[in-house]
Amino acid sequence: MISDSKHTVLDIEKIRAEFPILHQEVNKRPLAYFDNAASSQKPQVVIDAISNYYSTINSNIHRGVHHLSQLATDAYEQSREKIRKHLNAEKKHEIIFTKGTTDSINLVANGFRQLLQEGDEIIVSAMEHHSNIVPWQLAAKEKGAIIRVIPMNDNAELIFEEYQKLLNEKTKIVAFNHISNALGTINPVKEMIAEAHKYNVPVMVDGAQAIPHTLVDVQDLDADFYCFSSHKVYGPTGIGILYGKEEWLEKLPPYQGGGEMIKEVSFEGTTYAELPHKFEAGTPHIEGGIVLGTAIDYINTIGVENIAAHEHALMEYALEKLGTIEGFNLIGSAKNKAAVISFLIDGIHPYDAGTILDKLGIAVRTGHHCAQPTMSRFNIPGTVRASFAVYNTYEEIDRLHEGLLKVKQMFA
Amino acid sequence: MAESIQDIQEEIVDEFGMFDDWMPKYDYLIELGKELPLIDEQYKTEDRLIKGCQSRVWLHAELNDGKVVFTADSDAIITKGIISLLVRVLSNQEPEAIVNADMAFIDEIDLKEHLSPTRANGLVSMIKQMKYYALAFQAKKEQ
Repeated sequence: MISDSKHTVLDIEKIRAEFPILHQEVNKRPLAYFDNAASSQKPQVVIDAISNYYSTINSNIHRGVHHLSQLATDAYEQSREKIRKHLNAEKKHEIIFTKGTTDSINLVANGFRQLLQEGDEIIVSAMEHHSNIVPWQLAAKEKGAIIRVIPMNDNAELIFEEYQKLLNEKTKIVAFNHISNALGTINPVKEMIAEAHKYNVPVMVDGAQAIPHTLVDVQDLDADFYCFSSHKVYGPTGIGILYGKEEWLEKLPPYQGGGEMIKEVSFEGTTYAELPHKFEAGTPHIEGGIVLGTAIDYINTIGVENIAAHEHALMEYALEKLGTIEGFNLIGSAKNKAAVISFLIDGIHPYDAGTILDKLGIAVRTGHHCAQPTMSRFNIPGTVRASFAVYNTYEEIDRLHEGLLKVKQMFA
Repeated sequence: MAESIQDIQEEIVDEFGMFDDWMPKYDYLIELGKELPLIDEQYKTEDRLIKGCQSRVWLHAELNDGKVVFTADSDAIITKGIISLLVRVLSNQEPEAIVNADMAFIDEIDLKEHLSPTRANGLVSMIKQMKYYALAFQAKKEQ
């Protein structure tokens, strides 16, 4: 590794060597994987940790008196502590293991469903993933509450003044993403939270796209809830995190009933367990929880800021390179933008572009990215999206550029 | 006598047999897309739209002289090319033949990936819809 003044310049070839899946051919071409915003690939250390768990300490946690159960419980709880530290949460029990971002949002929305009354208002943004729209709609519909939407400008930036106008004493919660999956916009989370807090309104931040690329300090942001998925941050699928301030987690009712979340059960009634177990019913995804800790160690070993710097440099290079293609339209040109390039090429449907790129071994995402309201805002059916991770290279972007020229030639 | 569904499928498999690489094959699909008998604009309505996450497909069917005639359109050209093949196979056939048709040729010309339900491009639903139309015409005929 070579250091410049601010960041360590990463040895990308060395990093790539740690990701076995990248070293394969797709349609007889070397794979170039640009679908990282959907799911990132896993380094060997993560793959090994999954296998090690089952080879050495697998057993149920939090209840066994035997040796293996103790080891598995320790590993699981150590991972929770790692994640607490990574997010700079104040207390370990503010870290809840969930199935992922969607599950985390559903947990909170379900809790608020019970707290809502008719005429209450929930604020979401115009650039949300369906996962951060539908759970709120379900809660609102049941209680006769109203969803208010923060609009965005043509550059795909939320309009702060409009957001300020939406907040009032009827607002019960505000939910928006830290970074948009479809556009790459980095939202001014801290300022938006401070604004909501003027009305004592709690804020839920969907950090699914942020955690792989940004250091997040939930105390500094003063977020009431913050969530993310493991599989987008080099960890296993099926596991994720909900951070919630203790006071809010105490207020919310349990999400699911079952083992582990109870203190005492009788047919007359049940008292619930303390945090975090109140929200962790049933046997959890133990291996996932432990290995998410491994993935967090992995990014911290490289340095999240170094990863972000590399991805940002890739994005700048890609924007410059792809920008030379006639008819290239970037969707989402926010000043503050993460390493996601969503685009269209004049007259070419995203499905056509994506199909040909796949034939060239280049994996991109096409379609509406589970963010149909975002697509409607720009009056487009969908986009082609290339999203970057630590293992992407400049050569791969050159290949994307060449691939798009080929697409243009074929569909001209 | 018109060609049977089976004959047309064999013809298509022969045609595609000429391509030893994906690129000429897709160039040909793009060409076929341009030849698709387009749905009349008046029929391009919401109820004739088959929604996919990736691309959209419009399909219309009419009974003409005891045979079903399909017209269609899509916003993606590759999807259009595949629709063009489906229409070539199933259009101008009797309802019963369409209902019973086995569309094995898609596998044989290695375009199966576009007909995977996970692609969500509307094509799987389209074949289903073509068969529903045929079934409806068949039921009408038997009345």
